[in-house]
Amino acid sequence: MLVAVLSIFVGAALAPLLVRLLGRAAGWVLGLLPLGVFVYFAQTLPQIAHGESLRQTYEWLPLLETPLSFYLDGLSLLFALLVTGIGALIVVYAGGYLAHHHQLGRFYVQLLSFMGAMLGLVVADNVFVFFIFFELTSLTSYLLIGFYHTEEGSRRAARKALIVTGGGGLALLGGLVLLGGVAGTWEFSRMLDLGASVQGHPYYLAIFILVCAGAFTKSAQFPFHFWLPAAMAGPTPVSAYLHSATMVKAGVFLLARLHPVLGGTALWTGTLGLFGGFTMLMSAWLALRYTDLKQILAYTTVMVLGLLTMLLGIGTEAAITAMVTFTVVHALYKGGLFMMAGNIDHGTGTRDLLELGGLWAAMPWTMAGGVATGLSMAGIPPLFGFIGKEVTYEAALHMHTWGLLVLVASVLANVALVGAGLLVGLTPFIGEVKGAFTRDPHEATPSMWVGPLILGIGGLAFGLYPSSIDHTLLQAAQAGILQESHEVHLALWHGITPAFIASLVTFALGGVVYAFWQGLRVSAFMEGVGAVFGWGPGEVFERGLYGGVHLSGAITRRVQNGQFRWYLCATFLSLLVLVGGGMLAGGGGAEFSFSGEIRYYEVALATLILLSIAAAVRTHDRFVAILALSVGGYGVALVYLLFGAPDLAMTQFAVETLTLILLVIVIVHLPGIQGDESIGVRLRDGLVAAGCGALLTTIMSVVIQTSLDLRVSDYLAQKSYTEAEGHNIVNVILVDFRGLDTMGEITVLAIAAIGVYVLMRMPRQKKPSLAAGTSVAASRSDAAETETD
Amino acid sequence: MEQITAIVSGAMIAGSFYLLMRRSLLRFVIGLILLSNGVNLLIFTMGRLIRTQPPIIPEGAKVPPEPFANPLPQALILTAIVISFGLLAFTLVLVYRHFAAGTSIESDDVRASEPTEPLDVDDQARRLPA
Repeated sequence: MLVAVLSIFVGAALAPLLVRLLGRAAGWVLGLLPLGVFVYFAQTLPQIAHGESLRQTYEWLPLLETPLSFYLDGLSLLFALLVTGIGALIVVYAGGYLAHHHQLGRFYVQLLSFMGAMLGLVVADNVFVFFIFFELTSLTSYLLIGFYHTEEGSRRAARKALIVTGGGGLALLGGLVLLGGVAGTWEFSRMLDLGASVQGHPYYLAIFILVCAGAFTKSAQFPFHFWLPAAMAGPTPVSAYLHSATMVKAGVFLLARLHPVLGGTALWTGTLGLFGGFTMLMSAWLALRYTDLKQILAYTTVMVLGLLTMLLGIGTEAAITAMVTFTVVHALYKGGLFMMAGNIDHGTGTRDLLELGGLWAAMPWTMAGGVATGLSMAGIPPLFGFIGKEVTYEAALHMHTWGLLVLVASVLANVALVGAGLLVGLTPFIGEVKGAFTRDPHEATPSMWVGPLILGIGGLAFGLYPSSIDHTLLQAAQAGILQESHEVHLALWHGITPAFIASLVTFALGGVVYAFWQGLRVSAFMEGVGAVFGWGPGEVFERGLYGGVHLSGAITRRVQNGQFRWYLCATFLSLLVLVGGGMLAGGGGAEFSFSGEIRYYEVALATLILLSIAAAVRTHDRFVAILALSVGGYGVALVYLLFGAPDLAMTQFAVETLTLILLVIVIVHLPGIQGDESIGVRLRDGLVAAGCGALLTTIMSVVIQTSLDLRVSDYLAQKSYTEAEGHNIVNVILVDFRGLDTMGEITVLAIAAIGVYVLMRMPRQKKPSLAAGTSVAASRSDAAETETD
Repeated sequence: MEQITAIVSGAMIAGSFYLLMRRSLLRFVIGLILLSNGVNLLIFTMGRLIRTQPPIIPEGAKVPPEPFANPLPQALILTAIVISFGLLAFTLVLVYRHFAAGTSIESDDVRASEPTEPLDVDDQARRLPA
């Protein structure tokens, strides 16, 4: 299976070359690859149908206990066949649909990468391998939806899909990690009989919610359904493949795969039944609001996903039979209908039902496929869709409680589906040509109509001969979900059963919907449904997204307002709050005691320095400020002198003098200190500064009271003469023990000196006058305006 | 005595923080000088203060007579004084060149990297679909 999955990725890598060599015919050749993989999986069918399962393991990351392991049972096989079978048709179809697009090669890379990821997803056994493929499908889907990347709508839709499914994927990762931890294994195949212990675990609720978040976002369940209709902005082959038959079913597949582990509880049944049922009913009717073929198909896809979720929630033998049957039914008709919609768009230039009609003459082959798949969607016998509908009703009728409710909901949803199926499959072809098309209606190339035709024939064949797959594929898939084998028997004619009567009711009401669709579409009822459910969650998402951008913009402008002094204030405030708050929280107070001998001249010196600081801070006269500063600096030099640091004192005297000279030289060329900030700002800054000063004094007082580790100092003092033959210990440290540091210091000074020299020698720029500055600013804002427009 | 230098050092740093936050770049420079003095005093205090006896070994002795001032912080501060002088000279010239190139020495006008024009997000937000 590894080879099967990898071969598709290899095909993706080679696709651009093939497109370059063969041009638009490349689709036919590339289509052979998924076809071959389809055959490979198909030949395992007898074995799987017999109740066996295949497991293959390749050591990949042994240290992380993550083998590349694959597991093929009936459920995986069903999906693998859908992915590769429909995939082959789509690859061929895309060759025709995008024949004139200059990036067909790129499209195939993305499409085949998606196919490989999707195939890997359905056959993965290891949880993490599954998750990687799950995310890969989200990523490739993002690229494919945004394939027409020059259009803003496409980019927006792609981003929406990525955020929703990616966010769900994140939740899923959490759920899978919890699940693996609880189950004690990272292989799905080993989890399958651990249902009882997982469901009894306290983490079960968390696992369930996280897994559901992943599955519901991926499979577009309410309230996450909005991304799927938006994803129709992608090219039609993408809609036909990812957003009907495969990727959106990944969530349903996940729930089916974990059904033996997580399913069967009241929580499972209630949640899946409720969300699935509601999604089904809501989107089935929302579909009737649209006149765009692809939008109708998108909403009915959501409807089917809801139905499948609901059936998984019910989880009885009959429900799972219906679920696996409908999965096949839907994949056959929906893929075909999307391709048909693409053909009509291609041939006439429109997908709007109000403009379409009478294409039977111009597009016979497309019509054949379209009518067959459309009628299957409507559930008309003898097509496979009829059987799918019947078994759904059977599942509802077999329920002990809530059965009637499920039946009514299913009938109501299917009524809309009948209407939608007839609208999509019949209306464009029958009747009169309604108006002038932008293009002369013409049949599509064979590569484009062969897909719908094959799927239509498939729907007819399975409808007439359901026994061709019910005992084999469907039964094995059902066994994979339920972990116990039941006989699956499908038939076109069951006799006059309650399900058949429900079908008749559905047809009658569906016919009415079809006949009066024009009026229904614009009725107040449909408007209301659309406003609340169709528009609501998507709008919440959009507003939330842009609200987030707005909010971060506002915060950025406030926090990073370009004012240097505000940045400093924020830094100082953080220092005060974090360090001071930490000290308060830790209860580390300081006792302030003036111990030891204090001499009067020392107090006088300290007072002098304090006064000079106050003068330097308060004055508006730049020369007074410099003088005050110097007084403080010389005061500090005296402190050094008094406490045994003559070297420091000398250096400080020298540097202080130099500083004074430098300041005076430069400052005479600068304007004075102009005005003050507002009293509020000064008060704020003053409080922050005073707080920081108090904080540092407090810290110092605390440190003073601890004992000082003098080992380094003593070592240096002991070795100063004996090792370095120097009497002045400070000098020995600087030039000997830490000589390299001093070297660095000299380098820094040299660099500063060079910097100063260069800055002073730079040619003096012409001062822009005030008027010129304004005009520059004006032209800049003009440019910005033009860009925005 | 350490308590008193702790207060002086704290006051110096508080004063320098206040000056650093002023609009005038001149006051910023003064704050910078004050800050280096304050921090040097802080390091000096943390090494404890001992009166009169510098860390110098007298002629004929191999170790300095006890008690002697702690030489380690002195070495640190000596480096710091010189480095901060270099920093000051560079900053001062920068301020001067800034003034020479423009019209003010206010820090609010130093914003070549953060222009006052609206951010990109404003543009995006304006294109929000109705």
